[in-house]
Amino acid sequence: MLVTMWIRSSLAYPASFVMMLVASALITGTDFVAVLLIFSHISSFGGFTLGEMALLYATASMALGVADLITGSVERLGQRIRTGEFDVWLIRPVPAFLQAIADNFALRRLGRPVQALLVLVIALRAVEIDWTVAKGILLVVSLISGATIFGTIFVLGAAFQFISIDSAELTNSFTYGGQFLTQYPLSIFGKDIVRAVTFVVPLAFVNYYPVLYVLGKPAPLGLPSWIGLLAPVVAVAMIAVASLAWRGGLRRYRSTGS
Amino acid sequence: MDVYWAVAVRSFRRFATYRIATLSGAFTNTVFGFIFCGVYLTLWEQRPGLGGYDVSDALTFVWLQQGLLMPIGIFGASTTVELGERVRSGEIAVDLYRPTHLMIWWMSVDAGRAAFQLIARGGLPLLVGALVFDLNFPSSVLQWLAVVVALTFGVLVSFGIRYLVALSGFWINDSRGLEQLALVLSLFFSGTILPLVVFPGWIGEVARATPWAATLQVPIDVWLGRNPGGIGSALVFQLGWLVVLVLAGRLATVLATRRVVIHGG
Repeated sequence: MLVTMWIRSSLAYPASFVMMLVASALITGTDFVAVLLIFSHISSFGGFTLGEMALLYATASMALGVADLITGSVERLGQRIRTGEFDVWLIRPVPAFLQAIADNFALRRLGRPVQALLVLVIALRAVEIDWTVAKGILLVVSLISGATIFGTIFVLGAAFQFISIDSAELTNSFTYGGQFLTQYPLSIFGKDIVRAVTFVVPLAFVNYYPVLYVLGKPAPLGLPSWIGLLAPVVAVAMIAVASLAWRGGLRRYRSTGS
Repeated sequence: MDVYWAVAVRSFRRFATYRIATLSGAFTNTVFGFIFCGVYLTLWEQRPGLGGYDVSDALTFVWLQQGLLMPIGIFGASTTVELGERVRSGEIAVDLYRPTHLMIWWMSVDAGRAAFQLIARGGLPLLVGALVFDLNFPSSVLQWLAVVVALTFGVLVSFGIRYLVALSGFWINDSRGLEQLALVLSLFFSGTILPLVVFPGWIGEVARATPWAATLQVPIDVWLGRNPGGIGSALVFQLGWLVVLVLAGRLATVLATRRVVIHGG
């Protein structure tokens, strides 16, 4: 209901909204333009062709775009705590988490998923894929699980703001930085980074391992070729971690008496 | 003159209080810096000498770019965003009552901000980059001097563009759309998404001639000593755009002031 209110307010000035949407799509799309420009000089990047890079880019961008749309507002938590508005949320008979998500819901954030979808469609037509049922399902599921993983990172960043109010920008390194990282084939960053984004912060499961599976490419570090199929499992595990962190932060907040 | 210096100093001090935001921002820049390095190392390995850069030029570009994004105001700057809001809300009338020139006032505010951020945001990523990678530094006192001049011009050209965008609120109802458009152009033509030397063919020629190129790409090339045509012509290029933007800014200010007066403000 809160979300509908924000959507209606965005659509109150339709021309302005469309302009913001287009601008948002253009701004987020510049990353792909950079990829296109890079490919005017080379034909393969980290073992990926342009079409395959486009697939990697589209999945990363779509995952972050949807996560940003749904859970992006949660990163304002620190501000809300500081202004005291968070205390008001706690009094209402709605879970604070839902209010945090609905807070300032920005429909214009659709810009990123829209341009990601465009690139995804083009990429799927440009790349030769040996389609199987498993691959098809995995691709669709990975968009959801990828968005979920980014979403949990947003929430973890917000939960950290219970401890350190001004740390909102730190999360950006993991969310926007994470998307920027996963646009590229992770193998170019070296074994240590691949290990870190597989076992520590599971960004590799957002799009890299699923895309490797769909393209039939081998996984790095001697990992099994079906590791992409674990993406939904990782997403569920991240949900568990993020909700523990949120609840823990919330409980701690109450006990210090704001 | 004293007024504008005082404004700049106070602006510097104001921005110096945002300690945690500055540090977190510098951290984000550093993370992005490492990612860019991974990408450019791969690209330059496949195409050595691309765009006239060698590998350490490319890596130095990354750290300079990440450090300079905030001070130069590539994504816009809170100072000119504030100006834009004041124009939209009408509070600008207060600024126009002052016996000072509107453009030079806000230029001073922006200069104070830029000076602080050059040190805090500019220095930190570069330091980290230099510790991890083998970076190129200017080799002569004259080159360092040229870097200082180029950076100053870069900030001023960026301000010139942002000032015009902010003032557009006098004529366009919702100038935020123009702000977004300017952001896209800035991202694309300043060298933020990719060094302009890598832009192929005529796209590259056009990109390198825009005022946005003068904000980020040119100062970095002065540092690297990689300006096609030499440092002198690079500085003249920046100065050229600066003069155009200052003149345009003065014209816009006069027209805007007249408009406010006519509307009984």
